[in-house]
Amino acid sequence: MADFLATLATGWEVIRFPLGAALCLAGALLCVIGTVGMLRFPDFYTRLHAASITDTSGATLLLLGMAMMAPDWMVVSKLGAIFIFIYLTSPASSHAAANAAHTAGLQPLIGPVDTHDKEGQDS
Amino acid sequence: MKGAHVPYFLGLLVALVGFWLGMSGHYTPLLLSLGAVSVAVCLILAYRLDIIDREGSPYVRIVGFALYFPWLMKEIAKANWTVVKACLKAEMDIAPALVKVKTACESDLAKVTFANSITLTPGTVTVEIEGDKMLVHALYEQEAQPEAFAEMDRRSRRAADGKGGPA
Repeated sequence: MADFLATLATGWEVIRFPLGAALCLAGALLCVIGTVGMLRFPDFYTRLHAASITDTSGATLLLLGMAMMAPDWMVVSKLGAIFIFIYLTSPASSHAAANAAHTAGLQPLIGPVDTHDKEGQDS
Repeated sequence: MKGAHVPYFLGLLVALVGFWLGMSGHYTPLLLSLGAVSVAVCLILAYRLDIIDREGSPYVRIVGFALYFPWLMKEIAKANWTVVKACLKAEMDIAPALVKVKTACESDLAKVTFANSITLTPGTVTVEIEGDKMLVHALYEQEAQPEAFAEMDRRSRRAADGKGGPA
């Protein structure tokens, strides 16, 4: 049993860096996708949705990857605190932005959005 | 201090001590006593601000939130996939909509939990809250029918208020 646990610990030491790096890379990719969506979507409210990919899954995967590569538990606890604060504050800021736009009278686009880009012209 | 506030006070104390120990990493007598002082100052300020209550120190409901969170993560992952596809599709097929969602949540804490859960889920943002009605902006009209939020409403209500409504 002790042998098995020791093997498990060694194996974990070997795979945690590649695994953590892969998770960080996936998180970075999701952040890029969120940015692409932010640039492509037509109006303020829909762009907010694209930004929330970066806030949730992007940040989660990045923090998870960093936690796997962390040298000690201290770092993990700090990353955990960052995770909790991101999840508490990012909806509050999204809501504040959306609510401010709504209060200011910005009308959202409603219904199916047709965004066929005309040749040589942005939608 | 009234007796009813003691659990909230203890919850805040434990949370602050745990936070300080988790952040510091130096456990020498000097730094530990400095930590004790900062925790005491935080508690005194919170007491003076009169925020040691159910909302300022929601740690008594931590089990409810701990049970709710995995389900929320699952929903967030599913919604993320939808929005990622929407971002990358060559032919954009989004159909944004504003939906009015009625919530069964009674306490402010439950409403905040529900509204924040909606906002955290990619593809839906709570724009406005009035009484028990929420204005939700959604990326896909067909996925934002009021029934789609019913389970989240029920679960966040149970997480924040317990089974029998407001505690």
